[in-house]
Amino acid sequence: MQEDTPTLEQPEPWEDCLLAARLLAINPNGLKGLIVKAKAGPVRDVFLSYFQGLLKKDVPFRKMPANITDDRLIGGVDLAETLYLGKPVLRHGLMSEVNGGVLVIPMAERLSLDAASRLSTALDFGKIAIERDGISSTSHSRFAVLALDEGDGADEALLPSLTDRLGLQIDLEHFSIRDVYETMDGWEELEEAKNLLPKVQLADEFIETFNVLALKFGIFSLRAVSLAMQAARAHAALNERLSIVEEDILVAMRLVLLHRALIIPLDEMPEAEVDEREPQTPEDSCDEASDDGKVSELSERVLEAVEAQLPADLLALLANSVNQRRSGAGGRTGEHSVSFERGRPLASRRGDLRAGRRLDVLSTIRAAAPWQRVRKQERERPDTDTINLDVRRDDFHVARYKEKAETATIFAVDASGSTAASRLGEAKGAVELLLSESYARRDHVALVSFRGQAAELLLSPTRSLVRAKKALAALPGGGGTPLASALQTSMAMVEDAERRGRTSTFVLLTDGSANITLDGQAGRTTAIEEAMMIAKQFGAMQTKTLVVDISKRQNTRAKEIANALQGLYVPLPHVNAQALSNVVRSFQ
Amino acid sequence: MTYPFSAIVGQDTMKNALLMAAIDPTIGGVLIFGDRGTGKSTAVRALASLLPKMDVVDGCPYGRAPESDKLGQNGSKSKVNTRKAPVPVVDLPLGATEDRVVGALNIERALSHGEKSFEPGLLAKANRGFLYIDEVNLLEDHLVDVLLDVAASGVNVVEREGLSLSHPARFVLVGSGNPEEGELRPQLLDRFGLSVDVETPKDLKSRIEVVKRRDAYEQDQEAFIASYKRKDGAVRKKVLDGRKLLESIVVPDAVLEAASSLCMQLGTDGLRGELTLMRTARALAALKGDQVVTEEHLREIAPSALSHRLRRNPMDDTRAVVRVERVLQEQLAAA
Repeated sequence: MQEDTPTLEQPEPWEDCLLAARLLAINPNGLKGLIVKAKAGPVRDVFLSYFQGLLKKDVPFRKMPANITDDRLIGGVDLAETLYLGKPVLRHGLMSEVNGGVLVIPMAERLSLDAASRLSTALDFGKIAIERDGISSTSHSRFAVLALDEGDGADEALLPSLTDRLGLQIDLEHFSIRDVYETMDGWEELEEAKNLLPKVQLADEFIETFNVLALKFGIFSLRAVSLAMQAARAHAALNERLSIVEEDILVAMRLVLLHRALIIPLDEMPEAEVDEREPQTPEDSCDEASDDGKVSELSERVLEAVEAQLPADLLALLANSVNQRRSGAGGRTGEHSVSFERGRPLASRRGDLRAGRRLDVLSTIRAAAPWQRVRKQERERPDTDTINLDVRRDDFHVARYKEKAETATIFAVDASGSTAASRLGEAKGAVELLLSESYARRDHVALVSFRGQAAELLLSPTRSLVRAKKALAALPGGGGTPLASALQTSMAMVEDAERRGRTSTFVLLTDGSANITLDGQAGRTTAIEEAMMIAKQFGAMQTKTLVVDISKRQNTRAKEIANALQGLYVPLPHVNAQALSNVVRSFQ
Repeated sequence: MTYPFSAIVGQDTMKNALLMAAIDPTIGGVLIFGDRGTGKSTAVRALASLLPKMDVVDGCPYGRAPESDKLGQNGSKSKVNTRKAPVPVVDLPLGATEDRVVGALNIERALSHGEKSFEPGLLAKANRGFLYIDEVNLLEDHLVDVLLDVAASGVNVVEREGLSLSHPARFVLVGSGNPEEGELRPQLLDRFGLSVDVETPKDLKSRIEVVKRRDAYEQDQEAFIASYKRKDGAVRKKVLDGRKLLESIVVPDAVLEAASSLCMQLGTDGLRGELTLMRTARALAALKGDQVVTEEHLREIAPSALSHRLRRNPMDDTRAVVRVERVLQEQLAAA
């Protein structure tokens, strides 16, 4: 068995990272990009300078600031030229300027959904359309992305639209500066490989192998398969080969597919899931499916080789991250970075340019346009002066936006044993009703549940009903009441929401019988003290708060919490989804 | 150099929805929801190059058809010059501004000649064709409102910067998106005629085929497109034949009744659902070359025509498509 697997050295980790850089430099159009997981620091700097050394000097290498505006990213009207010439003049955006080069995105995990979708369009089509401010144009925009993912833990992750599109991923987190070295490779050494790349052949059986492998690792995105094929091609070209060999597949597995894995097909290798639906493959594709046996043998062999190459701890690490990814399978769409701050543009108004106001160039020109002839006649020497466009102060139009106040409703639901299971169901129902209404109003909704040892953030602020429902359905009940922890978590969320300029409403559903302390211990007295203390702090924030008492027998505890929170207290002993929903709605 | 329509593997629901909209644009728009990388945008763009060219009045910025041309007024039936033009499939790029969508005062003309003239926007360009919005859920609300209004009325009314005019803007709105990246308002959902879900194929054979074709396309686009020319031609013929057939297709009363009772049982609001159901069933019959609409047609298109119109029931987790199918089963079993 051993002799079947390609004899390969265990890849040296740092060398592997450099290899990823070389592959991207060889095949930027096919691989689309590289995700570098690393905080800013010397290791990352070494890597970046190595990568930049692999690019010819005239290749654009541009950084994209996190707060980039649409007119800089896509392109927009050129203020000076437009005023001078009196017709809309395009100023190219970053995505056009970086055409043929590499776009570096620091803090890629903070990228807004809007910016990411603009990048995705360019990555998919290699060109972008500009339909802005009187300008209609298309420009070439083919580039590779170097996404620097500085995210910490699962809460901050790159948007799926990008992880799906960017081919390679490496992790520099566990390198210390002592592990890394600089090599002398330069772009000259890759020229040969770049020339070879278009000629590299990929046999049909390998296409099948890649598909089988992807399915075995639970990777359903077909883009991932294509990207892996591109990586294999680049690796073959790098090694001056014109056809793919198993080693190329292994490299592609490591650098493209492994980090996308949702399943680790370790010892028992399940048959690739074949859907029971009848295959929709048209007739012209039946020829290669005949010799299944041989092909799957190849895949098996590659799979074994992949396993053999992976250090054990890496597998454990991977298994861990796979679990994480699965638990958050709702798809973390980076709701935290969605920018809805763009207001609805209102008609511009005549007005002076004072600090903080933005001149609406086009409206200004449009206002000035009809008067040009008259003004020309007014001028002293109309034929000799150099004024192309006579804009006067009266013409100034200032852009105005109507800011829509975003709201976030944060629900904290007591799922402890003291809230009987049936009531929990009612509470869930009420929350779902409210969720569906919030969603219709396009509000954000977050959900914290608390039971057992500590509170848990089930759903960070989202507008996706799909995700909210998944989170609610999975909400278990029983255990102690860690009220203090719940208040702490919710308070943090309110603070966060306010930082983003959202107004929050806090809805707490509890019976108030705290009995778990902040450090997860049982102890009624301390637990109540702590809960009261945090409630007071929370109350000082003046958040709109509603406490719904869902205890069967009314007691004063929930009422006290409500007072400390400076919130409204509503006893609802017979929780009924509709009634609860009505209460919250009238409150909002 | 777009990917050929007939080279798209599987995804028949999506492809049929687009073809039906091409046969009968009055069905309303098509909404395509699904995972990343399922070829949503590919399909829409491919449709453009597939459709037969149409006659337009030469020089008309709105691509008017010669027979509808009202420029030659005054009773004089002067001849209008026409030319063949491809059916427009206009992409509404993210970040588009309202003046480019609706149209605005032409600044250059205003400045150089001092005349007030209209610079047509994307809505004008899309007349008689398709307007495609990728990631429609990310589009700003005020643009969505404009688009829906124009799509429903077929006329773009411009009242801005001293301009006051209206021009035809009849187009099929095609939107695509990923529901996990934010949802559409229910009011908006209802305005689309059809809604289809697409997902990545999960069976090995189709997957291999998809990757293989994509790879072949990327290695040599021209050769690949040429190799699908005949298949694309066959699809084009289906659309053309379907259009001719459409007017003469008979809808029996029994099918009409079945459609009404289906909508009633599902509790879809308003007549829009019922109307779409009928039109789509007829378009499907046309696509298949059938003279009479049957319950079979109805059953096939009901999920696409109705699933997005169902009232959301927060207590019921069943997917809308499944709910439609369930009612269909019950109803047809009873009949």
